Amino acid sequence: MTASSSSLPASSAKAAIEFDHASFRIHERELLHDLQLSIKEGETLVLLGRSGSGKTTTLKLINRLLLPTSGDVCVNGKRTTEWDPIRLRRSIGYVIQDGGLFPHYTVERNIGLVPRIENWEKARIDSRVRDLLGMVGLDEDLLTRYPNQLSGGQRQRVGVARALAADPPILLLDEAFGALDPITRSEIQKEFRALQQRMRKTVIFVTHDLREALLLADRIALMENGRLVVDLPATEFSRSEDPLVRAYREAFSTLPETKRS
Amino acid sequence: MNFFQFIRANHQQVLDLTLEHITLAGVATLLASLVGIPLGILITRVPRLSKAVLGGANIIQTIPSLALFGFLLPVPWIGARGGRLAILALALYGLLPLVRNTYAGIQGVDPAIVEAGRAMGLTDRQLLWQVELPLASGVIVAGVRIATVVSIGLATIAAAIGAGGLGEFIFRGLAMVNNQVILAGAVPAALLALLADFLLGRIERRLGNMHLSTQGPH
Repeated sequence: MTASSSSLPASSAKAAIEFDHASFRIHERELLHDLQLSIKEGETLVLLGRSGSGKTTTLKLINRLLLPTSGDVCVNGKRTTEWDPIRLRRSIGYVIQDGGLFPHYTVERNIGLVPRIENWEKARIDSRVRDLLGMVGLDEDLLTRYPNQLSGGQRQRVGVARALAADPPILLLDEAFGALDPITRSEIQKEFRALQQRMRKTVIFVTHDLREALLLADRIALMENGRLVVDLPATEFSRSEDPLVRAYREAFSTLPETKRS
Repeated sequence: MNFFQFIRANHQQVLDLTLEHITLAGVATLLASLVGIPLGILITRVPRLSKAVLGGANIIQTIPSLALFGFLLPVPWIGARGGRLAILALALYGLLPLVRNTYAGIQGVDPAIVEAGRAMGLTDRQLLWQVELPLASGVIVAGVRIATVVSIGLATIAAAIGAGGLGEFIFRGLAMVNNQVILAGAVPAALLALLADFLLGRIERRLGNMHLSTQGPH
């Protein structure tokens, strides 16, 4: 049950992203060790692990915010080192905790950012922004607001809409829903799952929350100390007897007993 | 003759010298901005230059103003006219606040916002113009404000090298041992500095608050 290629039934889908013995070290510290991982087109992979396990490093290697210090990372069959970083990043949506919205831009300008720098026509941007707002369940009267005039959940939805704006085939989410209260979080997770079932994008979702992982993932990759330790379809993950997986399941298994019982 | 009578009797000259003063300080601050802001941006891109540039601007700041005027006097073209020399000297003094505030303003932008921008595929230039400079603009204008006020104050000394401005009255008054004449230079210069401080302060606050509107979610 340790690191190996996916045990999903072989399908005809191409690999959208491939890590080939990819490592990343900085200041003598190895943040990622010899990662072997392949993500198919249309698949939702959840990278699960504690803080510092290498999840975010893995994500940043995909959109070339980082380059591997050894090994290769390929996106659509081409090494990230060979990609023009600007073109690569504009074909990959990126969502971070609290949205990472530009505080000096209205909701409308935030969502329309990538289409605008891609020189879309204004009318096309306007209609795209309104479509996206509906997709993420927001009202049109929010368009003229600034991020600090929104609730956390609204900001996160805007962040998702912004990432989807130019319809990128790949979507990266880094603890995207981590800053939300549990109820909003649960709502937005379900909506995201429904959205993903319609869009069928290649999604890599970083979280430390097993429940979120099980809800969203086709496949779960568990990381620990910069290494990939378990890589399983979500359905098998919940039955795995791997000690680390069991530890996760126990940590998230049930609500704690109240003191009096 | 009291101060107000003196001003009334010499109002044309007070006006002329005030305009000359505004020109000296204004052109100097403009020049300092044209050099200082790009220099501040440069050292955020090439960090190994930051120590040398900030150190250099710091050293200029420590040169006494009369000494700086003296140093520049033998420089060809510049030294030929008091006005040119004064503007150059004042611009040099304005460099430090502009370089330092531009640098600090850009460095102070939330790194998560900058990284999000980079991850969206913004080029370096787009990141600078659309994210970093707008978010740093309040701090940069604060630098312009300091440079302007310092420049208006120091410009009074420029009269010592024949550059004109309200310092003319101050030096003349000192020579005549006449407080009315000194005040005719000092009071308008102080008012100018306060006015510039007030106006630029308003712009600074507006830029700083642009995205920090006090309205919460409705």
